[in-house]
Amino acid sequence: MTTDVPAPPGELILPPYRRPAGVHPPLDSPGYRSSLLRAPKRPPVLLRQGLTEVTGPLLGAERVTAADADLTARGGGEPIGERIILTGRVLDSGGRPVPDTLIEIWQANAAGRYSGGLDDHDAPLDPNFGGAGRCMTDSEGRYRFITIKPGAYPWKNHRNAWRPAHVHFSLFGRAFAQRLVTQMYFPGDPLFAQDPIYNSVLDPRARERMIARFDLGITQPEWALGYQWDIVLRGREATAFEPEEERR
Amino acid sequence: MSLPLTPSQTVGPFLAIGLPWPDGPFVVPEGTPGAITITGRVLDGAGEPVPDALVETWQAAPDGSFAHPDDPRGPGPAWRPGATAGTGPGAGAAGDLGASVGGGLEAGGFRGFGRCPTGRDGRYRIVTQRPGPLPWPGGGAEAPHLDVSVFARGLLDRVVTRIYFPDEHAANAADPVLAAITPDDRRATLLAVAEPGAGPAAFRFDIRLQGGRETVFFDV
Repeated sequence: MTTDVPAPPGELILPPYRRPAGVHPPLDSPGYRSSLLRAPKRPPVLLRQGLTEVTGPLLGAERVTAADADLTARGGGEPIGERIILTGRVLDSGGRPVPDTLIEIWQANAAGRYSGGLDDHDAPLDPNFGGAGRCMTDSEGRYRFITIKPGAYPWKNHRNAWRPAHVHFSLFGRAFAQRLVTQMYFPGDPLFAQDPIYNSVLDPRARERMIARFDLGITQPEWALGYQWDIVLRGREATAFEPEEERR
Repeated sequence: MSLPLTPSQTVGPFLAIGLPWPDGPFVVPEGTPGAITITGRVLDGAGEPVPDALVETWQAAPDGSFAHPDDPRGPGPAWRPGATAGTGPGAGAAGDLGASVGGGLEAGGFRGFGRCPTGRDGRYRIVTQRPGPLPWPGGGAEAPHLDVSVFARGLLDRVVTRIYFPDEHAANAADPVLAAITPDDRRATLLAVAEPGAGPAAFRFDIRLQGGRETVFFDV
């Protein structure tokens, strides 16, 4: 630990974001075949955070309309599937909410097929479901989407490989260092055990943090099932000195 | 209080549904005085193009400022709406989402952020301005650079690199990040090159995820 020496007048003081350790999946995960030719082989170079890393795009609320958070209202009619509410908070590891930050999501339809013409899975497309949504977190870091529960789908990673149902999430936070793209899963999915992407996260407790919680309180009678999922981004040190590593 | 982090997962093969913006590549509108283009390809370990990646950039304005409350120096004039002249790229097709979504140039300012999916040939293109140099915590200065995130199927977390400019000889030589990278051929993977025959405002920066000339990636 560095001793707390006051900076000379005029010196730039930038408390860094804590470095994650033991949380994110190793890029080199041979069970996930697509990583074989794409994951870098050399260890990354440690970058001391400067102004570019502790700042980041603060994309404004004026870019997103309320309708963008309802993925069921984008077609001419109701999409097929189990209507769900996905809600939670974006926090940093210090427990502080991350307000006014853009969240982008995308997902397969209820039959397990993505729109957009790239997915050749032999399952029906749904003309009433595009599968993309966005919203801004509110002043307390809360977000809320209305969508349908995505289906599982096969892929060619290994024989009889199936992805557990999931929703892709993209988050900016407020700094380049906080940027996160991840996937949210549903509780009790029988496909977890055979999925190399879910299991690329080596710590079982960390894996469970990607699973939403069914919540009867969020569930709306006669209308939609409710799921709750909080997302935790890296938090900032209180001082300008290089931090201890974030353990879990 | 310390909350455990949410792990990263791959962006997967279908990011095109959710992440591209019509004006994503335009950090400034095309035609802005002083605009530059950075193009390049994302390549895999076999030297093949990666056609389903997303390249994002974040950088200071030409005066070295950020429009961000955590920059203790405060925002610079470049970020004010209307500070950059030129015509906007237009709203373009809004796709699945609302027409205003993914804008950011409505006000005509410098956005600092660029985002471009790669094409079938692995190519991306960003229109921006050259960033200014930055003071470095503890003294010294960082040479003009862009931070880059690359997301793709096969990458379970983003990889981060930096783009530096080949003609900033003195600033690059004094840059504390570049100085820490040896040998020289590794450092060279962080330097854009002038796009041959395309004038002084066109740069090329290829990103090699693997292989003998693997790009330097950073643990931020």
